[in-house]
Amino acid sequence: MSKISPSVEDAVSGIQDGMVVMIGGFGGAGAPIELIHALIDRYKATGSPGSLTVVNNNAGNGAVGIAAMIYAGMVAKMVCSFPRSSDPKAFTEKYLAGEIELELVPQGTLAERIRAGGAGIPAFYTPTSYGTQVAEGKPVAEFEGRHYVQERWLKADVALIKAEVADSKGNLTYHKAARNFSPLMATAAKTTIVQARQLVDPGGIDPEHVITPGIFVDRIVEVSDPKQEEALLREETK
Amino acid sequence: MTAKLTNAQIAWRAAQDIPDGAYVNLGIGFPEMVAKFKPDGREVIYHTENGILDFGEAPPAGEEDWDLINAGKKAVTLNPGAAFFHHADSFAMVRGGHLDVAILGAYEVAETGDLANWSTGPGSVPAVGGAMDLVHGAKRVAVITDHVTKKGEPKLVKSCSLPLTGVGCVTTVYTSLAVIDIVDRRFLLREKLPSMSVEELQAVTGAELVVGDTVADLIVPEV
Repeated sequence: MSKISPSVEDAVSGIQDGMVVMIGGFGGAGAPIELIHALIDRYKATGSPGSLTVVNNNAGNGAVGIAAMIYAGMVAKMVCSFPRSSDPKAFTEKYLAGEIELELVPQGTLAERIRAGGAGIPAFYTPTSYGTQVAEGKPVAEFEGRHYVQERWLKADVALIKAEVADSKGNLTYHKAARNFSPLMATAAKTTIVQARQLVDPGGIDPEHVITPGIFVDRIVEVSDPKQEEALLREETK
Repeated sequence: MTAKLTNAQIAWRAAQDIPDGAYVNLGIGFPEMVAKFKPDGREVIYHTENGILDFGEAPPAGEEDWDLINAGKKAVTLNPGAAFFHHADSFAMVRGGHLDVAILGAYEVAETGDLANWSTGPGSVPAVGGAMDLVHGAKRVAVITDHVTKKGEPKLVKSCSLPLTGVGCVTTVYTSLAVIDIVDRRFLLREKLPSMSVEELQAVTGAELVVGDTVADLIVPEV
């Protein structure tokens, strides 16, 4: 069975209302802009998929990518560590108006919750956030004289990932620090959808260099000249 | 108002205590300035939460690769021997005790080592990033800050009034007036500006300063 999609529109066609969507990237590095905008275009044309929960480190910047999803009105909730950016207006306005929900998660806890979700570990203990507002209501336990907070796994219906090279079996490499959350998210979603700058035949990636093994990847679409979110924002504000 | 150190001078002072070979995370903003003052001859390897070890200075304008950024979303370069990794590995380095030093800013530091540096309370969009993780795990957690707020109120206090980032986590505070270690849940004065008396320093500090046998002069060059 081929994992290759003929277009970004086809790749995201299974995403439905109310789904939890993990989106790779840290700031602009690793944001899968073409997959995101294919989803926005469908929402604008058909009204679906709406009421999405989006998991990302941030909550959008300017008016592209996740910020454009928020402006379009298709995001009901953000799960993130840092909903601020150089231009956070899209999220800030909706949040202060009570039109979007926020689950604030410390960055390392967010990464580990996603890792746990992909690894079949329902909960774990971390020192992070002990004694703070973020830990309110969560179980606490003592190990070797220190206090730790219980956190639960985080899983998704779909992950949208930007890769550098993919082979047709779904093995992936990434570009520099655009890797960030993507290898974790690829493991934690029921369906992982990848846009890759280059699609190669099996064997085209040295097995020693594979970062995400193909078992975690369901759909691949080649986007050979992908937009970079930060570069786009800088173009717009010139 | 007594003379005080500039932010650059506070950063310079904190940089002198980073040992050769240390793995270091510098918080976004003011703490990033510490890198500028690394003493010659010392090797320091910088970690950034978004998955790089051993990044270098910013590239010249126009040569940025926006897939090569630090946690503050600023473009960086790589030193020979740099490494990329995903976010779970990055925070394994943080919480797993592998970093030698983390340097952060602060709204308030309590004598117990509690830190408040992420939220000024209700009314704004809350954002925590990696700060709550970074304060647990690094062998030394240092804060650099002005000694008092813009209104002149102490930032070193008995207990924090703002939402906490972490409990009992800070080991050293480098301020515009002094260097203070937190030992046994108390502020132990290590260095102070020679132009100030201990009493003057105590008057702008919100909890008792423990003064040991020796208090060194805090002497920083013009930088």
